[in-house]
Amino acid sequence: MNRSFHKSQTLRFYDCSAVEVKSKFGAEFRRFSLDRHKPGKFEDFYKLVVHTHHISNSDVTIGYADVHGDLLPINNDDNFCKAVSSANPLLRVFIQKREEAERGSLGAGSLCRRRRALGALRDEGPRRRAHLDIGLPRDFRPVSSIIDVDLVPETHRRVRLHRHGCEKPLGFYIRDGASVRVTPHGLEKVPGIFISRMVPGGLAESTGLLAVNDEVLEVNGIEVAGKTLDQVTDMMIANSHNLIVTVKPANQRNNVVRGGRALGSSGPPSDGTAGLLGPPAPRVLQNFHPDEAESDEDNDVVIEGTLEPARPPQAPGAPAGSLSRVNGAGLAQRLQRDLALDGGLQRLLSSLRADPRHSLALPPGGVEEHGPAVTL
Amino acid sequence: MRRFLRPGHDPVRERLKRDLFQFNKTVEHGFPHQPSALGYSPSLRILAIGTRSGAIKLYGAPGVEFMGLHRENNAVTQIHLLPGQCQLVTLLDDNSLHLWSLKVKGGASELQEDESFTLRGPPGAAPSATQITVVLPHSLCELLYLGTESGNVFVVQLPAFHALEDRTISSDAVLQRLPEEARHRRVFEMVEALQEHPRDPNQILIGYSRGLVVIWDLQGSRVLYHFLSSQQLENIWWQRDGRLLVSCHSDGSYCQWPVSSDAQQPEPLRSLVPYGPFPCKAITKILWLTTRQGLPFTIFQGGMPRASYGDRHCISVIHDGQQTAFDFTSRVIDFTVLTEADPAAAFDDPYALVVLAEEELVVIDLQTAGWPPVQLPYLASLHCSAITCSHHVSNIPLKLWERIIAAGSQQNAHFSTMEWPIDGGTSLTPAPPQRDLLLTGHEDGTVRFWDASGVCLRLLYKLSTVRVFLTDTDPNENLSAQGEDEWPPLRKVGSFDPYSDDPRLGIQKIFLCKYSGYLAVAGTAGQVLVLELNDEAAEQAVEQVEADLLQDQEGYRWKGHERLAARSGPVRFEPGFQPFVLVQCQPPAVVTSLALHSEWRLVAFGTSHGFGLFDHQQRRQVFVKCTLHPSDQLALEGPLSRVKSLKKSLRQSFRRMRRSRVSSRKRRPAGTPGEVQEGSAKTERPGLQNMELAPVQRKIEARSAEDSFTGFVRTLYFADTYLRDSSRHCPSLWAGTNGGTIYAFSLRVPPAERRMDEPVRAEQAKEIQLMHRAPVVGILVLDGHSVPLPEPLEVAHDLSKSPDMQGSHQLLVVSEEQFKVFTLPKVSAKLKLKLTALEGSRVRRVSVAHFGSRRAEDYGEHHLAVLTNLGDIQVVSLPLLKPQVRYSCIRREDVSGIASCVFTKYGQGFYLISPSEFERFSLSTKWLVEPRCLVDSAETKNHRPGNGAGPKKVPSRKQPGLVMERALLSDESELGGRAWGWQEGWGRGDQGQGRLGRPLP
Repeated sequence: MNRSFHKSQTLRFYDCSAVEVKSKFGAEFRRFSLDRHKPGKFEDFYKLVVHTHHISNSDVTIGYADVHGDLLPINNDDNFCKAVSSANPLLRVFIQKREEAERGSLGAGSLCRRRRALGALRDEGPRRRAHLDIGLPRDFRPVSSIIDVDLVPETHRRVRLHRHGCEKPLGFYIRDGASVRVTPHGLEKVPGIFISRMVPGGLAESTGLLAVNDEVLEVNGIEVAGKTLDQVTDMMIANSHNLIVTVKPANQRNNVVRGGRALGSSGPPSDGTAGLLGPPAPRVLQNFHPDEAESDEDNDVVIEGTLEPARPPQAPGAPAGSLSRVNGAGLAQRLQRDLALDGGLQRLLSSLRADPRHSLALPPGGVEEHGPAVTL
Repeated sequence: MRRFLRPGHDPVRERLKRDLFQFNKTVEHGFPHQPSALGYSPSLRILAIGTRSGAIKLYGAPGVEFMGLHRENNAVTQIHLLPGQCQLVTLLDDNSLHLWSLKVKGGASELQEDESFTLRGPPGAAPSATQITVVLPHSLCELLYLGTESGNVFVVQLPAFHALEDRTISSDAVLQRLPEEARHRRVFEMVEALQEHPRDPNQILIGYSRGLVVIWDLQGSRVLYHFLSSQQLENIWWQRDGRLLVSCHSDGSYCQWPVSSDAQQPEPLRSLVPYGPFPCKAITKILWLTTRQGLPFTIFQGGMPRASYGDRHCISVIHDGQQTAFDFTSRVIDFTVLTEADPAAAFDDPYALVVLAEEELVVIDLQTAGWPPVQLPYLASLHCSAITCSHHVSNIPLKLWERIIAAGSQQNAHFSTMEWPIDGGTSLTPAPPQRDLLLTGHEDGTVRFWDASGVCLRLLYKLSTVRVFLTDTDPNENLSAQGEDEWPPLRKVGSFDPYSDDPRLGIQKIFLCKYSGYLAVAGTAGQVLVLELNDEAAEQAVEQVEADLLQDQEGYRWKGHERLAARSGPVRFEPGFQPFVLVQCQPPAVVTSLALHSEWRLVAFGTSHGFGLFDHQQRRQVFVKCTLHPSDQLALEGPLSRVKSLKKSLRQSFRRMRRSRVSSRKRRPAGTPGEVQEGSAKTERPGLQNMELAPVQRKIEARSAEDSFTGFVRTLYFADTYLRDSSRHCPSLWAGTNGGTIYAFSLRVPPAERRMDEPVRAEQAKEIQLMHRAPVVGILVLDGHSVPLPEPLEVAHDLSKSPDMQGSHQLLVVSEEQFKVFTLPKVSAKLKLKLTALEGSRVRRVSVAHFGSRRAEDYGEHHLAVLTNLGDIQVVSLPLLKPQVRYSCIRREDVSGIASCVFTKYGQGFYLISPSEFERFSLSTKWLVEPRCLVDSAETKNHRPGNGAGPKKVPSRKQPGLVMERALLSDESELGGRAWGWQEGWGRGDQGQGRLGRPLP
């Protein structure tokens, strides 16, 4: 942790690896610097921040302003690292008491309205939109992502919808249709599968990554060409817990331009942690490994033994084996953080309870888990 | 190194696969759907049936059958077998003629189409000018006389269908040659009848629809005789000696006309209306057959009093003062009478009446007093009552087989003892290697037992469960129907009766233990019957038990049908399977799964609400388990009953329609396929437009625990395995639901000596929730050698190796989407094969089958035969779950075909291709049942079937040097033929010659 305190204004001119940090809590400012290349861990940063503001007894959330003027959270190593590395030249950090933050001020464009100064940096256009309410960072979960940008042609989009940890329905409909393909014999009409409708409020709609009339090309890596509507339906439903669809968007204007400035414009959350958020313009790019699609190994729940209770009732038998695998490091990290932050076992439990698979009626009895299990 | 080998490209395995698997559709069992024409060759003794879809099927002696399909798929309206030849001519409803022939290839006959022809008139002529109404194959077999709607008779030469225009007998030519007084008739209109003189090939008879009949001299081109009747002519019969004509008319009358040169009388010798005096329907066909005894047989179709019996489908037989109007269950397509085949014989001497009705074939013995029907060896109407389920049992022990046959023969006492009269051709198929039973459950509460060992699907025994219950139908109703009226002397014949009295009686699941003779049958209203085979008729009370599957679930209301009311007190049961226990599920929902363990004397049953286990030895319930999800309202309201009631109302309206329908004229059946096509094309067009406006959409939604029908029990399985710990195995019951849940119960069955004293105990040992929540369609335990556990009692009967209880057992769970192997007793996933996630197909039917190799006699493997919702059949290996082969078998739109599929234990299977026909297919190279037969025109058979138990014809042995009929299709099939030889135990040497000459793959 080569972190040092500098009071000098001139620092940034002779030490270009240092990042100047301007931290604001209420009306108070603190200034310090971090090493751009080795920013350290979030945990240490958090301790540092509460220490410099003398607020170590209260629970706070940390946010920063990115180049577009969006107030984005800093709540783990990855987004902390992103915040530091993308600071240009100053990293503006905003600290809020958690209870204040509950009212929800994070999100795209949220800062623009408050601070016109930051607005100078942003470009006009799609970002001018209604204010989006985004929950607290700890409530973030992966909902969807665009993957394999380097593999998929620019006119196509590979979208991953995560249903685990989300109670929303997938919520879209597909239909048969005809698409025009360029073949050696010229243009040819071939049958294709298209998205026909979105369920309002459904997962597919809320991601903004799929739209009506997008042509479905693949489902979890398998081409749908030559398959019937019913086959494709069954494939999607069978993969619904981790659905990866490759589509050819009907609207080609929002396509990813490879190598363009869009790359990494706003901190890409690391895989499986605090996920992607509302804006429909696909800015978050992440290359998923193909074997990751298999990482969601569906673990069946096995209940052993007879009906007499074998465990104390306060252990609500979490089928966490599958859960932790699905969310990967995310849960473990969240768990660690939550424990570290406020020893919030209670909160952890409540967040786990939000998982719909907890509503699985497990009769009182032993729960045997295979795979990585969380023991409480 | 191994991991770099791409799966499926191991050359050794590929070769082995070729030795184990091949796909063939071998034979169609049952009655052809929508028959439209009948033909018979007295010389070949072969029956031909044509259908609305353009198929023709030929049947001779049992095992002799051929099938052909017209490319055009148009309805076959007429079939004429050329006298003395192995050839037949078919007329389709598109007015095309087709010549088919049976050619001997490689020792077996094959049916193939040789020529086709459409009669063309002169340019500008109306299409009716050449619309063929009657076809007369001349006895010299070179000419076909074609009567048309225009009244002209055209002549074509066979086999090339070369039109001989100079020989055309135009209606003008006939008119000119008629005497003056007969010419006043306006036009002749269409030709209704064409007959050749029975003795003199130079004379033919032409009957025109307006009532004029002429006998035409072919050489002199003149009218020899003419007859004028006052009524529209329907058909005509020329007596064997050529001296008498019998014409039948649209007013229900028939007339006899003497043919003699001296008296050219204008009036018939005799004219009468057999069912007068009130207006009658037309007599559409009449036969006048002479006998040695002197008195003739008069057999005619139709002619019933229009008002009171106009809706009946009758054929009347009059002989020697006896008259019977056989009343058929469906429209009569055509009929023929089997008579003396030798044209030189003095008398017809008819011995059997063969009637093709729309839904069944009926053969009536005309030699035995009372004219009893003859039992069919094939062409059985599988759909007498709609088939609701089927169950196949392979390799039936001889003892059980004989007892079932004995029980069945007592039911068939009313049949004639006549040997099957249609016995042309020779079956070359070797005797079936084992006895197989196919059990079909029907909507009317019956279970039919079919001999499915060979090419002919023959009814052995029929079990009715109706007697156990009190039904709405009054048993006296049939009696009163019988004694309706003395006149006309109606007699019901045939077994087709699709109108079930009570849909709740329908059979849904069948389970037969072939070793113990225990049978479990379950039905629509939650009834589960356990039956035992008894050779004597017995009067016994059926013990009734109610199984409350809802248990303590409160506040639910079942809106479906009531349960069936069982008869109290003893009921008399005829010999055969007799019920002794009745379990009624509450609520009375359809039984969706059933398992019987005859060694432990336990029966398990499941519905959409839960499942239960019943000890039929002690006759007490062991336990019930409710599988309902609290939010599963749909299951409780019983939506199936609503479907049923709709069906019932449809059925009633159909009945009404049937009563009011006016019988259609012959050759113009209500809605000929041509009209249907036109009509449907019209209705389709707006349909298509609608399609474009609102395309089919499919919702993509993950399954959740709240989906309806998650509690639906799909499969039940008994196994003796390591459920709790790896040191001790115990009996267990496994149940899989629609929601992807598997329940395992460990059972404690007392030893045999204390079986009656101690209760059977069960406790839940495991519950597995599949994460993908797809319906569980199969559960199987593999022993230490990864071989499926044998059936109960199989080991006790020395028919199977005892399972390996040393090594660790594995559990195979087949859901609609995945195959998954788990270890036991600790359930952890070991292997899986995803099906739906990768290709979108879902498992509809799965069964373990043993595949024998055609090369090594004792080599065989156990694999899973799988049918998917796309109609594909796949073989998935055990225990590694590797897909082996895949064949497309059923059209994916054919939902009922897919739903009806049943696999056998040796890699064959059956599915319904129509309500009345099973298609048989084989995945195995070793087990193949297909017809192979020889028909020879030179072979003049002219024996008359004797009554009584004559010596049965022994199927002739396979000739040396013969190859199978289908061997020519592919090399693989050819080897299939070889496998037959081995399996049959024929010496390899005596058939090797022909085979060795063929190239091996």
